Amino acid sequence: MDGPSQSLLQPGVAHWLIQASYFLAAILFISGLKKMSHPKTARGGIIWAGVGMVVATLITFAEPGMHNYLLMTTAIFIGGILAWWTGKRVAMTDMPQMIALYNGMGGGSAAAIAAVELLRVLTGAGLTHESFAARELAVVGALIGTVAFSGSLVAFAKLQGWMRKVYRFPGQQALNGILFLALLVLGFILARGEFSATEYYAFFAIALVIGVLMTVPIGGADMPVVISLYNALTGLAVGFEGFVLQNPAMMIAGIVVGSAGTLLTQLMAKAMNRPISNVLFSGFGTGDDGGSALAVSGSMKAIDASDAAITMAYAEKVIIIPGYGMAVAQAQHKIWELVKLLQEKGVKVSFAIHPVAGRMPGHMNVLLAEAGVPYDLIYDLEDVNSQFPTTDVALVIGANDVVNPAARKDTSSPIYGMPILDADKAKNVFVIKRGQGTGFSGIENLLFFEDNTRMCYGDAQDVAQKLISGVKAM
Amino acid sequence: MEGFVALYIFMLAAFTGYEVISKVPTILHTPLMSGSNFVHGIVLVGAMVALGSATTTAEQVIGFIAVLLGAGNAVGGYVVTERMLEMFISSKEKN
Repeated sequence: MDGPSQSLLQPGVAHWLIQASYFLAAILFISGLKKMSHPKTARGGIIWAGVGMVVATLITFAEPGMHNYLLMTTAIFIGGILAWWTGKRVAMTDMPQMIALYNGMGGGSAAAIAAVELLRVLTGAGLTHESFAARELAVVGALIGTVAFSGSLVAFAKLQGWMRKVYRFPGQQALNGILFLALLVLGFILARGEFSATEYYAFFAIALVIGVLMTVPIGGADMPVVISLYNALTGLAVGFEGFVLQNPAMMIAGIVVGSAGTLLTQLMAKAMNRPISNVLFSGFGTGDDGGSALAVSGSMKAIDASDAAITMAYAEKVIIIPGYGMAVAQAQHKIWELVKLLQEKGVKVSFAIHPVAGRMPGHMNVLLAEAGVPYDLIYDLEDVNSQFPTTDVALVIGANDVVNPAARKDTSSPIYGMPILDADKAKNVFVIKRGQGTGFSGIENLLFFEDNTRMCYGDAQDVAQKLISGVKAM
Repeated sequence: MEGFVALYIFMLAAFTGYEVISKVPTILHTPLMSGSNFVHGIVLVGAMVALGSATTTAEQVIGFIAVLLGAGNAVGGYVVTERMLEMFISSKEKN
């Protein structure tokens, strides 16, 4: 099986079988994604896509003229087992950074493919497949893939808490601009096909640096959008390298993800009412442009968990608004226990989820699903906002910016115009929060100072436990 | 492959991706991002081709890294997506 064998099969049959398998894989990917976009069929979707991946991977072993089978299998086993092990072990709350990490690996892989191809150009061997615009696409794919690689790793480090600081320095934009220009020039030289080893290394080094520089100034609040953007970029890079290698499965899957990811990024940015350019180039989420011009009136008023529990147990309608604080405290199971108790008492409970609550859109849905909350209790912003005026208690758990009325009232606020959950319109608002500080974005939350708001300080899980005891004690 | 055929594939794939995602409820955004992250794990196939045609040591080393990372993308992407999606159960299914 080693050596530049013809193929495992007759050349004609092998070629047909390989192309047919890639075609099948492409169908499975697209229908898998389609199924993943409906709650009922979502679980089947990933399995379809998984079958497509297995088919495409297995048939690739039969590609003609391949060597290094031992190296290949070893790499697949090492990479696969490490990813399997980490993916199975990671807590649901840490999913966003794992997606960032695996996405970074994909970007890195696409960049490495381009690196091999361009190395062949450098050493005079030429591309594996000389075709229309192949060198140019290899370079563009290399650029995008490398940026997605280093950028995703920084995003991973930030979400994992390894890199808490937001790094900004004067002239950062200018430096980025100069580096990007240098990258374009080098890319152009590489694409022409005659370049030195120095230019080759400098190209990849600068692309790595740009990925890092682009991501370090971005605050945690914007991370979902950034991860989604890098996901789309990796898709594009994979698609471009697919063109270079003349591999239709890669072309189709890569470009489909590239465009789907771009749309998803736009949806997320729209939910935050922030153009993507703002996310990338302005310092929202860093706290240095936070200060609200609207004077904060009133003070924060605290409440005991037991009092809050009694109010909720006698309420007719309760809406729960989870945020990142719930994820950090792993409070979703306790919250669901509380909800079931309240339901026994005849309280109508639902969950309201802001599109960008948590670190990723849908992050909260995943956590609530993990705890066993059926998805038909969970409502989107548009469906639930009209409900607040008739709601007795809005329980905010570790959410902050997504319920800040400043987005409606304060034109000078950085979040002005962002659609929010109108928790302030409920008769009572209880906020579970660790301390009095501002949230991730560093913006003062007007909701906390409203007359109908009571603060319940503490770790979300502890407070939830106290609420449960409070309701049980009645 | 002829240039224009490649261009057609590019265009049709781009529209497909856009259509597939355009009517997604928010609750599926994260799983779907994770799922699309898995789908671009197909990069593994390209990495295998790159390593498979590598002749010099340098090419083998970079190719090896490409396959390793690609396998990580595919397997990791699958595992986390599957874990997330297996939790999506409606209250009717539960009873």
